[in-house]
Amino acid sequence: MTAVEDRPVTAGPAKEVGQARKRKEDARLITGKTTWTDNMVLPGMLHLAVVRSPVAHAKLGTIDVEAARSAPNVVAVFTGRDLAEEQGSIPCAWPVTPEMVNPGHPSVAVDEVNHVGEAVAVIVARSKTAAQDAVELVDVDYDPLPVVLDMDRALADGAALTHDHVASNESFRWIFDAGEAGTGSSTDEAFANADVVVSRRFVQQRLIPAFMEPRSTVVQPQGDNYTMWSSTQVPHILRIMLAMTTGVPEHKLRVIAPDVGGGFGGKLQVTPEEVITLLVAKRLGKPVKWTETRSESLMSAHHGRDQIQYVDIAADREGNVLGLKVHILADMGAYLRLVTPGVPILGAFMFPAIYKFPAYRFDCQGVFTNKTPTDAYRGAGRPEATFAIERIMDELAVELDMDPLELRRRNWINAEEFPFTTVAGLEYDSGDYEQATQQALELLGYDELREEQRRRRESNDPVQLGIGFSTFTEMCGLAPSRVLGSLSYGAGGWEHASIRMLPTGKVEVITGSTPHGQGHETAWSQLVADELGVPFEDIEVLHGDTAISPRGLDTYGSRSLVVGGAAVVNASQKVVAKARTVAAHLLEASEDDLQFESGTFSVRGTPGSGVSIQEIALATFAAHNFPEGVEPSIDADATFDPVNFSFPHGTHICAMEVDTETGMVSIRKYACVDDVGKIVNPLIVEGQVHGGLAQGIAQALYEEAVYDEDGNLTTGTFVDYLVPSAADLPHFDTGNTVHEAPGNPIGAKGVGEAGCIASTPAVVNAALDAVRHLGVSDILMPLTPERVWRAIHRGGDGGDRATAGTNAYGGAQTETTAGVSTPESRLGGDR
Amino acid sequence: MIPAAFDYARPTTVDEALRALADGGEDAKILAGGQSLIPVMRLRLAAPAMVVDLTRVTELRGVRDDGDALAIGAMTTHSDVIADPLIRESAPLIAQATETVADRQVRHRGTFGGALAHADPAGDLPAVALALDAEFVLAGPGGRRTVPARDFFVDYLTTALAEDELLVEVRVPKLEGSWGMHYEKFNRVAQAWSIVAVAAAVRRENGHIAEARIGLTNMGPTPLRATATEQALAGADAGEAAIAEAARHAAEGTAPSDDLNARADYRAHLAEVLTRRAVTAAVGL
Repeated sequence: MTAVEDRPVTAGPAKEVGQARKRKEDARLITGKTTWTDNMVLPGMLHLAVVRSPVAHAKLGTIDVEAARSAPNVVAVFTGRDLAEEQGSIPCAWPVTPEMVNPGHPSVAVDEVNHVGEAVAVIVARSKTAAQDAVELVDVDYDPLPVVLDMDRALADGAALTHDHVASNESFRWIFDAGEAGTGSSTDEAFANADVVVSRRFVQQRLIPAFMEPRSTVVQPQGDNYTMWSSTQVPHILRIMLAMTTGVPEHKLRVIAPDVGGGFGGKLQVTPEEVITLLVAKRLGKPVKWTETRSESLMSAHHGRDQIQYVDIAADREGNVLGLKVHILADMGAYLRLVTPGVPILGAFMFPAIYKFPAYRFDCQGVFTNKTPTDAYRGAGRPEATFAIERIMDELAVELDMDPLELRRRNWINAEEFPFTTVAGLEYDSGDYEQATQQALELLGYDELREEQRRRRESNDPVQLGIGFSTFTEMCGLAPSRVLGSLSYGAGGWEHASIRMLPTGKVEVITGSTPHGQGHETAWSQLVADELGVPFEDIEVLHGDTAISPRGLDTYGSRSLVVGGAAVVNASQKVVAKARTVAAHLLEASEDDLQFESGTFSVRGTPGSGVSIQEIALATFAAHNFPEGVEPSIDADATFDPVNFSFPHGTHICAMEVDTETGMVSIRKYACVDDVGKIVNPLIVEGQVHGGLAQGIAQALYEEAVYDEDGNLTTGTFVDYLVPSAADLPHFDTGNTVHEAPGNPIGAKGVGEAGCIASTPAVVNAALDAVRHLGVSDILMPLTPERVWRAIHRGGDGGDRATAGTNAYGGAQTETTAGVSTPESRLGGDR
Repeated sequence: MIPAAFDYARPTTVDEALRALADGGEDAKILAGGQSLIPVMRLRLAAPAMVVDLTRVTELRGVRDDGDALAIGAMTTHSDVIADPLIRESAPLIAQATETVADRQVRHRGTFGGALAHADPAGDLPAVALALDAEFVLAGPGGRRTVPARDFFVDYLTTALAEDELLVEVRVPKLEGSWGMHYEKFNRVAQAWSIVAVAAAVRRENGHIAEARIGLTNMGPTPLRATATEQALAGADAGEAAIAEAARHAAEGTAPSDDLNARADYRAHLAEVLTRRAVTAAVGL
């Protein structure tokens, strides 16, 4: 037999993987031709509205609900005391240390409120409007307590307490010391022997995930069974956690995440409102719906980031890094939610980044404050780490009078050194930092911009130009289950998939990785089309319903393709293996003599003969002519548990103009080259990078959750919480290098968070590069024009912003955004 | 969020509207394009008992030539203002400023008169109307009266409109020929309100500035004129140095607020820089 004979008679269809397929789910998502949770209407359905605390910290006195209860169409009103027995505590699945203090998190406050926006009562009514109108009728007696807002002060002796019943504001202290862990040498010695030590304090401001679709939950009781529809990222985790929290047995509970409009980690949660909706439906025996307003979402859905970072870096005069010390204060907010304490710990391993530090120590304190709880937000721990290291590398370069890129080159892991075990104990899989950097420099037009920067400086142009780098990596593909176990996380990190071969030759792919806008249906179809050789259009991807997709761990941490997609590929290969047995029987040949090309089994050397896998699906359904002793099914499932994380990397370069007269910054050009491993769909990858860049740039320039001195969230509407639109963002010049991940059958590394993790420090470094010659060495994020102007003209880092919201719009205040009536709102007319 | 319950009237003439307003008493609010009122009602910052919707009062729409002035109907939408040839010709400052208002969707529904009657000091159009010495024609049960812009804006979100009155039209003097204009807006994202903005109209004569009118957005509870700068510019050389010197006085007599976008001292600084830029652009340098 020659190679020529082995070739199929006709060329098969082009491979799907690698094609820029438009997303098959977009038509229905974009036009709204789907059933979002809030679209659900069930017979006899009741509506919830939540009465929320307008104060940050208080003992709850009398709650008078009589007026609300007797309001038109109100069915019931529940307070925390009514639900205390059955509501349990919102679960925290990541007790990062055995000693970690968890104050408990009632879904509806019982004795004490600990942040503005916390639920204090629930109205159940026949219409949404009736429920909303009754909110103002609930009279709550708040007995104010001191408010804890500042983390540094919260840890001082004699500080006021966030929770009355907890001894201090420290939830935990978590330390990783490479010297002690055996992955590096002593940091004390490294710093003692260093020529240069640079120390900085960086602030990761508080952010709000601000997903497009507000949260919504519907619960339908049927006897002792309950079906919950919820706009969640994690239906599988939610089901388990609700069972453990509320006592509704797991097998009596079905959770469905229908199409979900974004999450960014903000819907990786077991929310008080989900618990409340379930408990009310259970009590009343009727279907119940809760949908939040945008104001409720901003104040009560979990927030992200919020760290103070003390970073010390040691180096010799030549610019070789010797050691890194990081001390983090991480704001938990008032309570621990699903993975609140784990977020900064996910960052712990990423501070050394792509650099060959011999010594490293990480020390993190989780701190309670009277603010909305924090939890996962796109990148979760890794953006914080990346920001700190990429900022301090620039500061070190300044100290050493070195080019920032040269300093990075001198210290980064070289391409031939992969796999490389870092000082934090991670084994980086693959990559080439030099290649990505070269490509990004070309995309940017680096030399010309440096020349322009020089000219502007020399002419003392009011508009200065700066260039900032971020040569980042991240850990994705959460996660190897045993690693999660070693970090005390409450679950594994595997993912499940199954393939159902339908009699007509169509294919159902069931994934445990629940999408909320990522395009799983398209990407999974491309994977399966190649594995099974069936047309892209013949594949349907099912997800998000625990009754249809019984096993799964959902979508977060850039894990879907890397872990969930791998399970899909493995399940597909099992289908092919089963089908091969059937094919051999039908073709009366030995399995070893069969080849499988473009969806068809044929006998080697016998062109023209063959049976397609879609025909085998029908033959399996009929099962009339089946091999002896083989069960009539070619369906298969697979569970994939990765042995390692994957490590996307890239080089992001931002060129920034700074108007020194006004402090306005504007991005002149942004170029990035990301290595996300094998690319299944370049269009989806590009979209993920763009969206990530938007959010990372937003942290640098626009977004911040601001609290005033009483603990009111003054950025309670999108008037003051500034989410940029396309009009505010530059064109992005993007590119890729491809070093496949060895740890999964696809070779993909994950892309969901890359842009968000990488971009923030590039933007800030660029702004600082523009004005460093004017004496500016740091500016707090977001880089508001005022802060930039103050840093240039008054020195310092721009300082704290005033906490009052804008007067535009009539100036929304906590009382109104909390849905509580004010004298003004009773008056009518303008304030 | 859901607004509190309210009664609703949708008149088709000014007279019907005035009657509906009178019937509604002190708790009645006028709905023009709804781009400010509906959001504050949804937040329950406002809970009027009666909403009088002017959407169908067609006589309030459109721009007409009224001799030495343009008469802009109060219910003319922002997008119609931007497209109007008379405004482009005789009051381009209005078109330029209106293009910066919010986003396309808002400009399609929001109205010129509604934005002025709302009198948001961070809104763009009040300072423009003030700079152009516009006149406001108000209709009430007793007939019509005309109020000059300097008397129309009384306080934060407060105008000379009485509870039973309606803004029907705004008369803007035509500024043609040697007049140049510019609106300089400063905000952080495209759809945001102005942190500070400056509306400038400048008449040049023989290489000098004969007359300058400068309106300031968000430098106090009402729109303001930069009077000291106007005086310094009158008769000044139309060059960079003189303009910069005059602009140093832009914040005199203002009372800007502190908020998370800007403290008062920074707003005062912005007023100077933006005034310099606006006048420079208006002069055509």
